[in-house]
Amino acid sequence: MKTATLRALASARAARQPVVVVTRLRDGAQSLVQAGHPQGDLELVEPVLAEVRERGLHDRSGRLQTDPGLFMRCYTPARRLILVGAVHIAQALAPAAVMAGFDVTIVDPRTAFATVERFPDTRLAHDWPDVALAKLAPDAQTAVVALSHDPKLDDPALIAALASPAFYVGALGSRRTHAARLERFAARGITGTERLRAPVGLDLGGRSAGEIAIAIIAEIIQTRYRPIERIPHPHHPTPGASA
Amino acid sequence: MSQTAESAVDEVFAQIERWQHDRRRVALATVIDTWGSSPRPVGSHLAVADTGGFVGSVSGGCVEGAVVEAALQVIADGEPRELEFGVSDEQAWGVGLACGGRIAIYVERVE
Repeated sequence: MKTATLRALASARAARQPVVVVTRLRDGAQSLVQAGHPQGDLELVEPVLAEVRERGLHDRSGRLQTDPGLFMRCYTPARRLILVGAVHIAQALAPAAVMAGFDVTIVDPRTAFATVERFPDTRLAHDWPDVALAKLAPDAQTAVVALSHDPKLDDPALIAALASPAFYVGALGSRRTHAARLERFAARGITGTERLRAPVGLDLGGRSAGEIAIAIIAEIIQTRYRPIERIPHPHHPTPGASA
Repeated sequence: MSQTAESAVDEVFAQIERWQHDRRRVALATVIDTWGSSPRPVGSHLAVADTGGFVGSVSGGCVEGAVVEAALQVIADGEPRELEFGVSDEQAWGVGLACGGRIAIYVERVE
């Protein structure tokens, strides 16, 4: 690998840009593919390039089927989880998410809730959720979950998340709470609420904070690997339309 | 692939940069194929300096020694190599615990 390729790779990762490196195993010639565009001493032509682009979207490293002499390595940004509300469930959900490989940030302007004592080793943001979400800029590798039960905190976070490419947006709360939320959003002309997962999490039947945290992280993982529209989901028969 | 693997990638790249800053020569090893159960997924990296120091992991410990040895040759002659290991052949933890998979590893010089 050329040092220049390595530097380009490192800066793409720092900028949270997905990149693919394709290597010709015979001689080590390489191409760095960023936003679908190959660069480097290895020239990529169809149908190889189409396979690289397609697999790059799904983070599937390995030898190419169109040319087994080539190996592609996908470098995908770390998935992030933004939790709104430094509440009891968050204390269970943050470590569960870390275990599942997520980079976790907890947003809560109430400094008495979002403390290092309650959330050791977790990144805390004390901005108001709309400001925090604007700074964090959720991308397609980001999940956002509102946990506070307080519309003053949850609503602005959810509105920002729904307008972003976040792959998962969920909100804690009962069906009744959610119906009221949808009415507020409809009155404000907020669109995209059909992809809001509420009540949040897989229906595992659990009640404790730990059990609910696992149900939430399980649903996030499921959404990451299977597009929502393909998941038969008794718990969410018509997502977002329960009002 | 988990973030655990991906944050390990950043550590490997950062160490390569430090080694290069110290004018060490470096090789990068990558898991390019796995068959059966294998301890590390395709794409896992191990970086090796010409001092024999290494960071990262391609097997969870079974074959790192052999990979480091091959990497030193790659650093010396610049020729990339493909290595293949039957993980169960490594006897370090006894037959009952060996995972029984096979892995292919590509080793290239960083230049």
